Amino acid sequence: MQTSVSQNKLVSGFTDKANKALGISKQDALISKSYLAVAFIALLLGGLLGLLQGLNRAGLLELPAWLNYYQVLTAHGILLVVVLSAFFTIGYFYAGLSHTLGGLLPKVRKIAWIGFWTKIVGFVLVVIPILMNEASVMYTFYPPMKAHPMFYFGLALIVVGVWFLAAGAFINVANWRKNHKGEHLPILAFFATGVFVLLVGATAFVAVEVLFMIIPWSLGWVDTINVMVARTLFWAFGHTAVNIWYLTAVSAWYVVIPKVIGGTRFNDYLTRVVVIALVIMNITGGFHHQIIDPGISLPIKFMHVFMSLAIGFPSLMTAYAMFRVFERTGRRKGAKGALGWIKKLPWGDVRFLSPFIAMAAFAPAGAGGIVQSTNQLDQVVHNTMWIVGHFHLTLGMSVVMTFFGVSYWLVPYISNRVLTPKMNKLGVIQTIIWTIGMVIMAFSMHTAGLFGAPRRTSYTTYGDFSASLGWDPYMAAVGVGATLLLVAVIIQVYAVFNMMFFAPKGTTEFPIAEVEADEAKTPYMTERWGVWVVVMLIVIAMAYVLPLTDMIVNAPPGSPPFKTW
Amino acid sequence: MHLDEKIWLTLSFGMIMIFMFITGYQTFALEMGPPSNNELIDPQKVDETAPFDEPGIKQVGENEYEVVMTLQVFSFNPMDIEVPAGSTVHFILTSKDVVHGFEIAGTNVNAMVMPGHIQKITQKFDEPGKYLVLCNEYCGAGHQVMSTTITVK
Repeated sequence: MQTSVSQNKLVSGFTDKANKALGISKQDALISKSYLAVAFIALLLGGLLGLLQGLNRAGLLELPAWLNYYQVLTAHGILLVVVLSAFFTIGYFYAGLSHTLGGLLPKVRKIAWIGFWTKIVGFVLVVIPILMNEASVMYTFYPPMKAHPMFYFGLALIVVGVWFLAAGAFINVANWRKNHKGEHLPILAFFATGVFVLLVGATAFVAVEVLFMIIPWSLGWVDTINVMVARTLFWAFGHTAVNIWYLTAVSAWYVVIPKVIGGTRFNDYLTRVVVIALVIMNITGGFHHQIIDPGISLPIKFMHVFMSLAIGFPSLMTAYAMFRVFERTGRRKGAKGALGWIKKLPWGDVRFLSPFIAMAAFAPAGAGGIVQSTNQLDQVVHNTMWIVGHFHLTLGMSVVMTFFGVSYWLVPYISNRVLTPKMNKLGVIQTIIWTIGMVIMAFSMHTAGLFGAPRRTSYTTYGDFSASLGWDPYMAAVGVGATLLLVAVIIQVYAVFNMMFFAPKGTTEFPIAEVEADEAKTPYMTERWGVWVVVMLIVIAMAYVLPLTDMIVNAPPGSPPFKTW
Repeated sequence: MHLDEKIWLTLSFGMIMIFMFITGYQTFALEMGPPSNNELIDPQKVDETAPFDEPGIKQVGENEYEVVMTLQVFSFNPMDIEVPAGSTVHFILTSKDVVHGFEIAGTNVNAMVMPGHIQKITQKFDEPGKYLVLCNEYCGAGHQVMSTTITVK
């Protein structure tokens, strides 16, 4: 028994070293390459559709009947919020697991491929009815609007695909832990564990909604549906999903960026605490999407304001951590004075610049989030363009710009190629164009929203009300922002495929920062994922058991399906 | 943990608690909570169920009005309401089909209107003028035309 353990250790120690010396294995690289390729094709399509919407809302483009605004918007949301983010997250973390755990296990590779094709088939099933105008229901698909059943089967397959990927990640992590008893999981694998735990937790809710409520109803097996329960289950998933993409970006902030700027990473213990806190508290945040819904009592809503705001705390810890790392690194490079360290940061390096702007954007984005999860303030901006502006800051800047920055080393790493100075320069230009486009768009959306302009509404002046309410100039600016963004999208997609197939061959490092030399050892408690999952389930139960029971027991007669488009 | 981090985290925690306190005070002491009415209705029998069998506006007190309104694709019933300046208006709302939103642009009136649920929200109209009422939850192909007005004289 003992010898087998030490032998295992020996073998895995060897593969660890081989992995670091030779880079990622071809088979593992192919998995990540496939996921990233799909992610960036989705970005191209989603960006193109985004431009169509922007121009429509600016009043410059009337969309034809065979490709109407609501079809375009549904596809835009699914391509960018579901496909781009999920495929990038999986491609990135699977490369990270392969790198930090000494390669993927053969069976995990197999699972990753099954998951990949399950998701692709699911995605095709989702897209067909959207193109046929049989599923213009947005990515929130609130019943009693009913899309073609194929749309829901597609969604179910996407969820099943996610579960395969999560299972694969857990198997690889468990195997590593078995061979490294008493050791802390490498930090990037620790983030990956948190992300996949949350993915399973979040998709469980939407799976119940789709499998047990919507599919039987859409097939006509049952006549009516409980609209409120469906909506609540959706938001337990929907809000967590975007927070998972955010946690993925945060992993790069803590683990990768310090290395890129030539520093060490923030305190290991606190980093792990932030991950655990985000995992435990996240799923309960979804309820603040229902602050102005009927049928939920004020005390329950108030409890959920607290549960939503609580998620802000680990983010504020992160804000401190990032600037501490920047300052420490700058001072070590000889910076003087209070702010001299700013000059020592590598502003010309796209691998730093893009994620840095992403972090900076999270300051207004997070503040806006706190605003709109409180009762009365949400009532002012609920379902207005403000919300659209908010998630273009959080997703379109904080998350996606981090993903862009990561792509400039991750794609060369998995392709055994290098980032050339020329490509880096192109990346910097791309970052600047994207930033300007997103700032113009997000600012205009927030402002128009404060004046009452509704979201998810194709071009309309409401009989010239839009002019007197002051929306028009801001909606025109949204069109300008969308145009700049598409330019940046094209450059980014070109860069990714160039780095994947055409850039000069060579070895690129997977940048993972070390801890400070004199840092105290992290308590082993952080590694008890079983405990954290139980705590997460208790918090979810506190948040959801009461209101969901109430919605089921005191339900109104259900709603029949409607196709209103 | 460094001293400056402790200060930062204390401030962060304090800020969240202040937000909580103000939200709670406004919700429970000042009764400014978000619309959360808890009454049910059969969404397939709205037209036969009181008070929605007679949608419309009626005076219920001095400067006080009650508007019973149904929302359906892609209209409000009643449309184009008129009230005198200084009136307080209680809106009683439900949907006859899908999920709708009830927003009066330029005011804080904003509520989700779901089939099966009766939603209530109140607003005092001091400034004379024409207000835009719109649906702010995507409800179908004609969502962008779903609007009406309230004229305050």
